[in-house]
This record gives sequence, C-alpha cells and structure tokens, in this order.
Amino acid sequence: MSGFVIEMRNISKIYPNGTIANNNVNFSLKKGEIHALLGENGAGKSTLMHILYGMIRPTKGEIFIKDKLVEINSPLDSLKHEIGMVHQHFMLIPSMNLAENLILGDERSKNGLINKKEIIKNANEFGKKYNFNIDFSQLVRDVSVGVCQKIEILKALYRGAKILILDEPTAVLTPQETKELFVELKKLKKDGHSIVFISHKLNEVKELCDRLTIMNSSKSVGVYNVSDLSVKKISEKMIGREVELDFEVPEKKLGKSILKVRNLIYFNKLGKKKLDNISFDVREGQILGIAAVEGNGASHLLETLAGLRKDYSGEIFISGVNVNKLSIKEIRKQGLRYVPADRMKDGVIKDETIYNNLIVDRLEEGEFIKHWLIDFKEIKSFARSKVKEFFIKCKDENSEIGSLSGGNIQKVVIAREFDNNPKLLIINQPTRGIDIGAAELIRKKMVDLKQSDSGILLHSADLQELMQVCDSIIILYKGEIVGYVEEPKKVKPEDLGYYMLGVKKDTDVSGVINE
Amino acid sequence: MDNLINLFLSADFWFTVIKLTTPILLATMGAHIALRAGVINIGLEGIMLVGAFTGVIVSGKLFLLGVPIPINLLISVIAIIVSGMLGGFFIGFFHLKLNSDIGITGLAYNMVASGLTVFLLFVFVGDKGASYTYKSLAFPTIEIPLIKSIPFIGEIISGQNLLVYIAFLSVIIMTFVMKKTVFGLRIRATGENPKAVQSVGISVKKVQMTALLISGGLAALGGAFLSMGFVEYFVPEMTAGRGFIALTANTMGGTPVGGMLVTLLFGFANALSISLQLFSTIPIQFISMLPYLLTLIALVFFSWRKMKRNVK
Amino acid sequence: MNKKLKVEIIRTLIALSIAFTILVVIVSLISDNPLEALYNLFLGPISSKRNFGNVIEKTIPLIFTGLAVSLIFSSNNFNLASEGAFYFGGVMALVLCFTINVPSIIFWIILIIVSATVGAIIVGLPGYLKNKTEASEIVSSIMLNSIMFLLGTYILVYYFKPANSRAVSSADFPDKYLMPNIIAGTRVHFGLFLAIFAVLLIYLLMFKTKLGYKIRMTGKNSNFAKVMGINVSLVLLLTQLIGGALAGIGGAVHTLGVFDNFTSNRSPGYGWDGIIVAVLARNNPLYVPLAAFFVAYLKTGAAIMTRRSDVPAEIILVIQAIIILLIISKNLISKIEFKILISGKLDDGGAS
Repeated sequence: MSGFVIEMRNISKIYPNGTIANNNVNFSLKKGEIHALLGENGAGKSTLMHILYGMIRPTKGEIFIKDKLVEINSPLDSLKHEIGMVHQHFMLIPSMNLAENLILGDERSKNGLINKKEIIKNANEFGKKYNFNIDFSQLVRDVSVGVCQKIEILKALYRGAKILILDEPTAVLTPQETKELFVELKKLKKDGHSIVFISHKLNEVKELCDRLTIMNSSKSVGVYNVSDLSVKKISEKMIGREVELDFEVPEKKLGKSILKVRNLIYFNKLGKKKLDNISFDVREGQILGIAAVEGNGASHLLETLAGLRKDYSGEIFISGVNVNKLSIKEIRKQGLRYVPADRMKDGVIKDETIYNNLIVDRLEEGEFIKHWLIDFKEIKSFARSKVKEFFIKCKDENSEIGSLSGGNIQKVVIAREFDNNPKLLIINQPTRGIDIGAAELIRKKMVDLKQSDSGILLHSADLQELMQVCDSIIILYKGEIVGYVEEPKKVKPEDLGYYMLGVKKDTDVSGVINE
Repeated sequence: MDNLINLFLSADFWFTVIKLTTPILLATMGAHIALRAGVINIGLEGIMLVGAFTGVIVSGKLFLLGVPIPINLLISVIAIIVSGMLGGFFIGFFHLKLNSDIGITGLAYNMVASGLTVFLLFVFVGDKGASYTYKSLAFPTIEIPLIKSIPFIGEIISGQNLLVYIAFLSVIIMTFVMKKTVFGLRIRATGENPKAVQSVGISVKKVQMTALLISGGLAALGGAFLSMGFVEYFVPEMTAGRGFIALTANTMGGTPVGGMLVTLLFGFANALSISLQLFSTIPIQFISMLPYLLTLIALVFFSWRKMKRNVK
Repeated sequence: MNKKLKVEIIRTLIALSIAFTILVVIVSLISDNPLEALYNLFLGPISSKRNFGNVIEKTIPLIFTGLAVSLIFSSNNFNLASEGAFYFGGVMALVLCFTINVPSIIFWIILIIVSATVGAIIVGLPGYLKNKTEASEIVSSIMLNSIMFLLGTYILVYYFKPANSRAVSSADFPDKYLMPNIIAGTRVHFGLFLAIFAVLLIYLLMFKTKLGYKIRMTGKNSNFAKVMGINVSLVLLLTQLIGGALAGIGGAVHTLGVFDNFTSNRSPGYGWDGIIVAVLARNNPLYVPLAAFFVAYLKTGAAIMTRRSDVPAEIILVIQAIIILLIISKNLISKIEFKILISGKLDDGGAS
C-alpha cells in the first residue's frame, strides 16, 4: 500500500496542433490532504487535472487509484472513482435553477420524470447537510459567483466525490469569500476528503495546503511539504528564475480629463439594471483601476466605453467629444484603444497570421496602401518590428495566432492596441491566464504609456495587480460605484473586499470626478 | 370578395387548413427538439422528401406483394420513420463525428435527397416525373365519435387523416418531454451549455445525435403525409420548402405550442393559395408565392420584434 | 502555408476518391452495363469536340456563381440567393432583348449593368433584412429563390410568351444580341473572357484591397471585426451585393451565350452548384475556375451517361453533396493533418 489515493505516472499530452502540455509528469495525492498544484499559466496544471477527470485523453501515461491501474475515458469514469472537479469556468446552465444544475447528469429519477418541487426540496436538504445555506429554487443567472462556486462544489459532493479537484477556485472571489471557502474546504478535509488545489496565489497555498507539486513548462519540478518552502522559494521554482515581487510605479502629475463619464445607466436584455448612474473621470497620465466581483458591471462598463453598446443613457466624453452617437470606428479615431477580456473571442483572429492581426487601425488610417492596393511587404516589416519590441515568441510574423501561447497572443493584442500612442486605453483583465513574464511586460508597457500621458482604465480580478499599478481605484457593486480609493498603496486587499461584497459603501464618491 | 367570405365560412376550407398544417407541424416538432439540443437541422427539407418517397415506394411494393393493408401501413410507417432517422444520423455523423459545419451539412443532405429521390424514382418506377403509374397507399382517415356530430367544428376536426392527429398529439408529447422528463432536462442543458453537460459525464454528442434521430423521424412522417395523405403519389421536390418553413415556425414559436400556432398560420396560407387558384383571376405564380412570401414576411417581422425586445 | 496547401490537396483527393468509389458502387448495382455507363460519365466529355465544348460552356456560369458563393462564404454568411440572382440575370436578358433596340456593344454593357444591379438587389435583400432584423439569411434566401423563380415565370408567361406558342418559352432572341461564339462547332462564347476577368478582379478585391481585408477578417471572426471598429454589417452587405452582381451577370451571359430563347428552366441549379465550386475552391477566387471546370465536367459526363445508358444523371447531385460533406469534414483526415502540421516541429525543439 502506497498510501496514495491517486497516482499519475509519466503522463504526457500533445495537442493536435503540436503543443506539448504535459511532459512525463508524475503526481500523487494522499488521503485527507489538501495538495496544491502550482505553476504558471500554461505550465500544464489544468491539462493534467483534465486528464485525471477524463475530459482529456493523455497521449501516454498511467493513472492509479488506490493502487489500482485504471482507465479514465470520460468524466463518468472519474466520477465512478469518486473524483469530482470544479472548473475554472463555471459549468452551469444559466436559465435553470440551482437544483436542476445540482442533479443534471445524476437525476436519480426512477421513472425518467422530474418533479421540480421535489428536487428543490431535496437539494435544499442536501445543501444543509454540508452547511451550505442556499435557496436552490433560484436561477443560476440570478446568483452571485460566490454561490456558483458553492454549487460547483456541491455538485461534486452530490455525486459522491471523495477527491475534489479545484481549478483556481479563488480567482473570481473576494478575500472574504476566499476565507469562507477555506473554512469549508478545511471542514471537508477533516471529513476525509482529499483535495487538489490548483492556484498560483502562493499566500493562499501557504494558508490552506499540506503538500505541493510544482509544474514548470509542462514538467513537474518537484513535490514538497508546504511548511518546508518559503513563498519566495516556491515562486522561484515555479518560474525558474527570481522574480521581482515589488514593482515601482514612478510618480506622475495627472493632466486634464481624457475620459468623462456622466450618469451612465444601462439595462441588460432581461431588464436588469447593470450600470447604475456611474460618473467618473480618467485623466492624462492616470491609471484608474476598477475592482469588482464578476457580474457587478465592470465588463459592461468597459464594453460600453469601447463603443460596443449604444443603448445606454448618460454621457461619455473622450477628449471632450461626446461619443454617444459615434460608431466604434469614430470612437477609435478619437484615440481610444481597447483590450477585451476574452482575447480569443474579441481580441484576435485565431486562424490568421500575426501581421494580419496587427494592422486594422493603421490600414484604416490609410497606411500600407500603394496605388489602391495593400502593400504586404511593408506590413510584414512593421509586424516584424512589433514582434521584436514585444518579445512575441513565434516562428515569424507569418505564424498563425492559434499556434502561439496565451501570453504571446495577449502580447499581440497589446502590441496592436498600444501602438501609435493612444490617448485612452480601456483594458479588461490584461494578464488573466497568461505567464508571469508576459504579465510583467504588459504591466511595464502600461506604465510606459502612463508616462507618455495616456489615460488608462483598468479592470482586473487580481487585486494585487490593481493595487500595484493603479493611481486610484473605484469599486463597483451591483453596477454602482460604492467606493473610491485615492491611494491604493495605503489600503489592504481586504479593504477593497468589503466594498466588493457590498458590506461597505461610501456615501460620497465624487472624488473620482475631476471638474 | 364574396367568394372569399364564403370560403372562410366553409368548414371545408378550415378542414384543409388543418390538413395542410400537418406536414409542417411534424417537421416543426423535429426542428424544435434538434434546436433545443443545440443543433439546427437545416436538412429537414431533405428528410421530409425522403420520407415522402419512402412511404410511396414501400407501401407500393408491399401492396404488389399482396400484404394486407393494415400490416402494409404499419411497415410503411416504420420504414418512413427509419428513413428520417437515417437522415438525422447522416447529418449527425458528419456534423458530430467528422466535425463538419451544421448549416452546409444540412444543405448537402437536401441535395442528396433531391438527387436520390429522383434517381431512385427512375430505378423503381421508371419515370423521373412522378409516381402516378405506381399504386401506393394512403393513411386512413378517422372519424371521431361525438365530436363528429358537432356542427362545423366536427366537420373540421373529425374525419382527418391519421397523421393529422399524430401531428397534434406530438405537440403535447414534445411539451411534456421537454418540461417534465430527465431526457428533456438533458436536451435543454445541452443546447444551452454543452461544456457543462460534458463536465457531468453526459455525452453531448449522444444527446445531440438522439435529438437528430427523433427530429428526422418526425420530419419524415411530415413528409410522408404529403404523399400518403394529401395526395397518393410522389413528385420530385413535392415538399416545396416546407422544411425551411418549419425551421422558421420553430424559431418564431419558441415552444412546441407556439410553433403549432405559427404552423397553423402557414397551413392557412397554404390552403388559401390552393383555394384561390380555383376562383381568383390573380396569376397563378403570385398565388403560389403566398406561402413563401408569408414565411419571409413572418420571419422578418418576428426577428425584428425579437431584436427590438433584446435591445431594450 | 505550404503545409496547409498540402493538407487541403490531400483532403480533396481523399474526398474525391471516396465519393467516386460510392458512385462506382451505385452504378454497378443498378446498371445493366455499368462499364458503359461509367465510360460515358468519365470519358464522355472528352469523346468529341462538341462534348468538351459543353464542359467549357457549363464552366462559364459556374465560375460566376462559384465566385459569388465564395465571396459570400468568405464573409461567413450563408446567403443562398445566388440561385435566384442567376435566374433573374437570365430574366433581365429576356426583358432587355425585347424592349430595347441599340447596337450590340451598347446592349451588352447595359445588360451587364442591369443584370448586376438586379442580382445585387436579390442577394442583397436577405443580407439587408438580416442586418436590420437579424432574420436568418439561410431561410430568407431560400424563400426568396422560390419567389424569384415564380416572379420570373410570371414575367415570361404574361409578357414575353408569343400568344400562339404552346410551349412556355419566349420568341427567339434577336441574333445581334447573342454572345459571340469563340470556338466554332461548340457553344463556347465570349462570356468565358468575362468570367476570367471576373476571377482576376475578385482575386484582387479579396487579397489586395482594404475591403477584401475587412471581408476576410469579418468572415473569420466578426466579434473581432466589430471590436476593431470595422462596420461589420456594411462589409457583409457589400459582400452580398458584389456576390449578387456576379451571379446576375452570370445568368445574363449564360442565357445569351448558350440559348436562342428563354424558358423557365434556364438555371438548372447553377446557383446551388456555386456551393460545391466554392467549397472545392476553398473560397479562393483563383481556384474557382478549376473547381468550376471539374463540376462542369461531372455534369456533362452525367448528361452523356443518361443519354447513352440506363443510369439517371441525378446520381451526380448525390455525389456532389457527398464531396461537399467530405471536404467540410474537419476530422476526415485529422490524423494525417496532425502528422503534416507537426512534422519538423518536434525536431526544432518542440519537446524542450
């Protein structure tokens, strides 16, 4: 008996496009432990756990559960082995109620019929058993991300999971919600559950976990007891080099308002108020942060400012020009650039070359055109210079975006949007899911732009990042500005958390308006 | 004008409306279940056509063999449903297994159906024009006791073809299955968030394939009504766009019952265009245009309303 | 890029071999003399000058509709009204032939302008409606095709059918308006040059102009295009207008190039065939002539087969559809594709 509930041996995975995600990785989990799986984005953690959960087939390798070699071909197999997974992106059906989501796939109906009242009653009881007090008759689309997270955990428990895989469960939670989650996880551990905790937040790992496995570039670097390593040591092993944890943003005198938002109100198509009377300014040379829990309007706000929604009331001025009636093209002509949250959906064209992804604005301004026709020679040399400037790792500028890593794809987006000294940048989650090197470069480029008088509006779920680069921060809760932190250096993440959860609310947030 | 009023007052006309609603209604239910599972079945038109063809050929062959009528019809119904399921499987195989675009796959199946039915019609009947010379059967009509004797209403509702009742029954069954069963829950979940469904160990492809099979079976029955109820022979392209009309009816209706109401509208247009040919002086081309024009207008109007609602 | 081309060539060859195998099996099963049927199908088109002329004559309209569908598909739009536009291009030729009397050259210029405009309007309509109301262009364009067909038949029957004629056809077109023949002994006409000119023009448009860039980017990711400030609805509408114009011209040119009069079955589905041409050509204008030739060859072969044997030509519709399906099946050759695409990758440090 090895004492391990799970042992994964020599796991390798090569994706159809040739990317190697796992290279001979070993991983083991003891009964009753919380085991951190650490590594940068793209290091292969999620792939490894998706293999364990049966959503991805390994190219090579063996999995032992309680010392028995097993074949896991689908989530159904892993559920049979009492393995449950909570994914980074919620796997819920928005238009259905929580009870239906809980039982989907394991309905336990004798006659194939479903009685709504009964399943809600049973679900409520089941939740209580684990001390989760949730009203299961609510629809998924009406509840907060914190509740969604709990439902995901309950889904795994409902299916009898004794082994839980949690893929970055705290990424979207406030510090307070994280604490609450940890209490629940520790309780589960005491009841004999084993937990894999995927994360790159080292402080959390230190607080919660017993052992840790570190991955770096698709390989496992080692297994340690959490108590044996300092945070600094862990991060070195994760990245393979020393990192500067501190990052100095030089002082900068703010100029005049480049973006003015006044009384912005927006209803979504279900008639829900998503933005509630929002007014603020972004000034030249300023990075203004937005802190908010997902679903509280930050993305709606940024998309509206980028011109993607027109059905709002209120006024938006860029460089003093009212842009309410302007098209996206005209708004961009005013000097606006936008880094969308979902880079694959909105930020790039996956099956196009790097150079074709870089030139939209310049082409629109009449560059690269000779005798009515496009001059691709000039475009390629322009693209080569951008590849160099942003250290985009690729074969050359003809490479397809789809063949690049997440971090390098984001660099392409940034290279395009930061080009030509934009006046105003709207940036949504610029470093989510990318490696630390790329994230550092992007933060540095943001500060460079600030130095050259661009105004930046930045939303990130990573509070550390916001507090590091922003001159000041506003907090949105249920579509409303509930707090304004003028000097982020002087507060703690928890302080932001109180606002984000709606526990605290400033009555006067007019400080963010520059008249 | 008088003609028109007389027309609307005649039970005969409304009897025809119900009759002409039937093929579209069955196909609409087929469109519904597939779309709910997240696959738009553009191939309904071809599936209906193959269904119509299969019914004529199978029932005709069995008739020649001297098989008793009830058994003949039973086997024919099975053959028709199987032909539709094969169509659904064909589309599912290319889309789900080989990862082809669902829209072009459906269109390609329609081409297969157009070509294959004419080809096989020639092979079996020796004529590419129609199967007039080939004796085939029709489904029986059914008199409903009691209802039959209600004046006007009875004349409309009773005495219809068996498939008419099956079509309207399918609406009730579809509503029930979608709302109250585990199967329906899984179909709806698959259509809304396939990843979530996969993550709890349900095979998305299996759910979608099942939906396509049912979709095909229903649409094929709809098609067969044309050749074994409305008339008793097969003509190439006799479905005349009804598969696409069903797709529209389903998107407009949203629910099975909603879809039914929309198909009644199309049935009305169809019946009107047939009656007008008898007594109006409007050129026949414009009369024949009516169902297409109505579909186009209804589609545009409905989409426009939906968009307005979404924007608000 | 070369690797991709290689993959696409392999994919096409495999698709064609599977489809032809199916064809051979079916013909063998139903024909009394399968060898003769297959001989006529595959070699019939090159058995005489006239037959080969038939191939070229069918290639011309297919280039036009193939270009139209390629353009529309490139923008990831599934407007299928090219069929209606092609048919109405022919109707316009009919109308103009009997309503204006001008020198030939001027007539042809007017004809091209009018048929292009009408074609653009027909294909543009579902596009416009989608833009304004989000109505599915697949359904609306198919409905529109039926409507246009009936409208065209109405125009023919009520305005251009000689009263004494029993057939549903117009009187003979004036000789001076017919497209000049360019190869004696065949019906190959001047339209061939127009088709090749259109190919070059559309190639330049797609790959060398700003609009072409926008069309391609919009087709590949319309969200991206929108976020970047490209006027997506305008780009889509323009694409459909140009596509419709091509289909309209194709219909007009074909009608006056090949026929002496107009009947209501003047488009045996060339608009639909544009789909297989576009799919075979991977929406690339430069490959359209080759794909059009291939489809024309098949169609000619099928017609000869029907005439000389007991196998109906409609089988070719089934085979065409199967070719389309196999080519758009991404997983058909995924293993081969995987090998080609990652070849060399592992050597230059993919595993490090």
